[in-house]
Amino acid sequence: MSTDATPPLLSVKDLVVDFKTRAGNARVLDHVSLDISAGKILGIVGESGCGKSMTALSIMGLVPNPPGRITSGSISLDGRELTGLDEETLCEIRGTEIGMIFQEPMTSLNPVFTVGEQIAESVRVHENAGKQAAMARAVEMLKAVDIPEPDIRARAYPHQLSGGMRQRVMIAMALACRPRLLIADEPTTALDATVQAQIFDLLQELQQDTGTAIVLITHDMGAIAELADDVAVMYAGSIVEKGPVGDVLSQPCHPYTQGLITCVPHLVPDPPLQREALREIPGMVPALTNLGAGCAFEPRCEKAFDQCTGAKPELIKVSASQLGACWALESDQR
Amino acid sequence: MSDNSKNLIVKDLKVHFGGGKKILSGKKPTVHAVDGVSFTIPAGKTFGVVGESGSGKTTTALAIMRLVDITAGTVTLGDTEISALEKDALRAARRRFQIIFQDPYSSLDPRKRAGEIVRQPLDLMSIGTPSERAEAVTALFEQVGLRPEQQHLFPHQFSGGQRQRIGLARALSTRPDLIVCDEPVSALDVAIQAQILNLMSNLQQELGLTYLFISHDLGVVQHICDEIAVMYLGQIVEQADRVTLFKNPKHPYTKALLEAVPSVHNNKRNRQERVRLVGDPPSPINLPTACRFASRCPRAEARCHQEIPPLEENTSGHKVACFFA
Amino acid sequence: MVDSTRKSANPPLPEDIKVSHPLAEMAGMFFRNYAAVAGLILLIAIIAFVFIGPYYHQVDPFEMVWAPFSRPMEEGFVLGTDYLGRDMLAAMMVGGQVSMAIGLSAALISVIIGVTVGAFAGYYGGFIEEALMRFTEFFQVLPTLLFSMVIVALFGASLLTVTLAIGVVSWTAVARVTRSEFLRIRELEYVAAARSGSASDRYLIFKVILPNALPPIIVQANLMVGSAILFEAALSFLGLSDPNVMSWGQVIGSNRPYILDSGFTVAIPGFAIFLTVLAISLIGDGLNDALNPKLRQR
Repeated sequence: MSTDATPPLLSVKDLVVDFKTRAGNARVLDHVSLDISAGKILGIVGESGCGKSMTALSIMGLVPNPPGRITSGSISLDGRELTGLDEETLCEIRGTEIGMIFQEPMTSLNPVFTVGEQIAESVRVHENAGKQAAMARAVEMLKAVDIPEPDIRARAYPHQLSGGMRQRVMIAMALACRPRLLIADEPTTALDATVQAQIFDLLQELQQDTGTAIVLITHDMGAIAELADDVAVMYAGSIVEKGPVGDVLSQPCHPYTQGLITCVPHLVPDPPLQREALREIPGMVPALTNLGAGCAFEPRCEKAFDQCTGAKPELIKVSASQLGACWALESDQR
Repeated sequence: MSDNSKNLIVKDLKVHFGGGKKILSGKKPTVHAVDGVSFTIPAGKTFGVVGESGSGKTTTALAIMRLVDITAGTVTLGDTEISALEKDALRAARRRFQIIFQDPYSSLDPRKRAGEIVRQPLDLMSIGTPSERAEAVTALFEQVGLRPEQQHLFPHQFSGGQRQRIGLARALSTRPDLIVCDEPVSALDVAIQAQILNLMSNLQQELGLTYLFISHDLGVVQHICDEIAVMYLGQIVEQADRVTLFKNPKHPYTKALLEAVPSVHNNKRNRQERVRLVGDPPSPINLPTACRFASRCPRAEARCHQEIPPLEENTSGHKVACFFA
Repeated sequence: MVDSTRKSANPPLPEDIKVSHPLAEMAGMFFRNYAAVAGLILLIAIIAFVFIGPYYHQVDPFEMVWAPFSRPMEEGFVLGTDYLGRDMLAAMMVGGQVSMAIGLSAALISVIIGVTVGAFAGYYGGFIEEALMRFTEFFQVLPTLLFSMVIVALFGASLLTVTLAIGVVSWTAVARVTRSEFLRIRELEYVAAARSGSASDRYLIFKVILPNALPPIIVQANLMVGSAILFEAALSFLGLSDPNVMSWGQVIGSNRPYILDSGFTVAIPGFAIFLTVLAISLIGDGLNDALNPKLRQR
């Protein structure tokens, strides 16, 4: 199980992404480092604007430029450096090595082609398959994502399918060329709970069958708990805590992670008769253009002390596999 | 706290869309968005309605607010039959029931300042003198945790959570008895959700408000509601108080819904042992004259496809519409 | 306890300090668009030329001042003389006033008709919408130039009938834009919120939906001014305008037979119309960007 034995499939090191805005330079990703091994699911969790989607876009080579650009750092997929590649190569990698599914499947599907044609098209472009072979593969993929009557559904247009069905089509399309990495950006946010559970099951099955590594981006700690192996918690463009899901959820070391877990009213089978107020994380996410020198979470942190405003804390080890970026942790260690 | 003169009583509410003829385009199919819903909310309590998209929960909320036309049934708030009012009488009665919406971005007029938005219902209903209204707006801003000087800002200058506070202040401005909350925290970040939920509970205690709380998030509903109804395709399939419903869910749909919610108390292994619903909810256009859940139900038998299970209440007030409950 | 959560939930933000009005933001966006600013400067120059110019160049544009077809800059006439030996410069100034006035008032008429029809159709929907939109389509399928010619021919060629004719044939585009905006906005939650705040239909139409529907209508109205000036020119060119009133189109129309020998008599007013329409469409383009909140937020 140790991730140290084999080199990771995807390795992001000290990635810095800047955006030029009217209000000044916004550092949307600040020295982000992540590793994902083949066959694992990495969850990235945080509030909107924390940089979790930007991390996904950077890996895909889709940072909108201008106004954004990768300032420094490296992203390597199986030893191959992805930053600095030209658009054509990136496009090929996106089709064959990395697949992606988004929150709203309707906007990612072309309304004037049938879903079968769209899957077949990406197979043809990336694998040089013939028209018939590609279509056969499309039907096979629809079957793999548990769409009933796949040969009939392949001839359906996106609007004729339900939301859950469309997300299955997106997954089929993303997996059609057998990518080694799948990036799922809030794949179930637009779906109902029962359909979300189906999609999660499907992702888990596919991942076990094919060994595809998955980066799961979500705001839902529950989803992380149920699906992911490892988790990275992001705040204001930085990773504030990462480690195996079990450790992070049972013993969160960063105040932000603790807040994220306790501020959500969790569904329990035996609710207490007396209700207590939810624990709040006060305030809101800061603007990325005027982050001070200190810890970005300091203004909202109940445990903040003098040191927190002085400089930004680095990620340090709190256990064998869990890391946290908080000054309180550093003083504990001394 | 309980004051019977302010109870909300909904009886056999039906909202059907379409069905009429359109010039040149023929007959449109009838959508049974809400199909015979009844419940009572005691004053000062929070009643939750949960369900998936297409369950009719939002349409129920809009019908009670008289924002969509009611096909049949009655809605009564205290001694006023809201569903029978028209025109000026309805406009005057709106003072007693207000709404907060899901989307903090489209629910505030982008061309009006925050203060004007909160003041608008007071102006429209001519409540108090202009200077009293100004004072009321200032007080409301403080009540929802905004600074009074923020009245002069435009909605786009606020964050999502602050906008939802403005929406809450607007709803409170007429001192209503009932506030219909249509997914009030679904569009907010989790950290902000907690702030708004706590604010709503505090306001309820201070002002004795009655909430009709529409949500798809069972965790939130469990936290904030006193009594909960589960809707499926326009009908209530199960209704109970918050402790009973989660401890002892009886309807297969409620059970499936509870199981589907991802939770931090679960992990990778135990999720696979659970029952899953197959398929999507059917469309509310061609509804079977049988149990509406039968097509997705793991327990369905022949009888379920032929008869309609009635919503039956047991001695403790737990209502279920299922032959096997 | 309540107090402490209030404070922490709402920390002072630097953004709170500046109270920027959306109009100020729009102006900022507009002035960042150089083409639009160029258009605005050009339009101001043209307006100054036609309205202030006559005080410095006091010549009756209907009076024969010299031999016909004197070329520009020769014989002391900056823009030369026309086929009756009248001063072209004076004609351009006085004619410009008329062209601009017709352009503005015809655009205003079409906006008033179009917004009214579009707003009622979009707000009420159902039968009212069907009826109003069929009515709009009726006007839309008529060939506009021919229809306005019929109006002018029937009611006589005066400044008023020409303006009305142009307004009556060109409101359909405004009606369509207004209706589609109303259809979109009436479904938004802030409209429902205003309704539950006891707003009447009239309040919703004029105080809630219309202000939010204005941006595309303003852009459309702006383009309408340009097209009304062109329309008036076309009618004048065909001889369907008041012969006693000088306008740019009138100058082109009356000098038309001599276009081969003395092209400048047609080219100069043509160029003036071109510049005016260009200026207005540059401004319209800038307004379009400035009024688009998505672009503004960038």
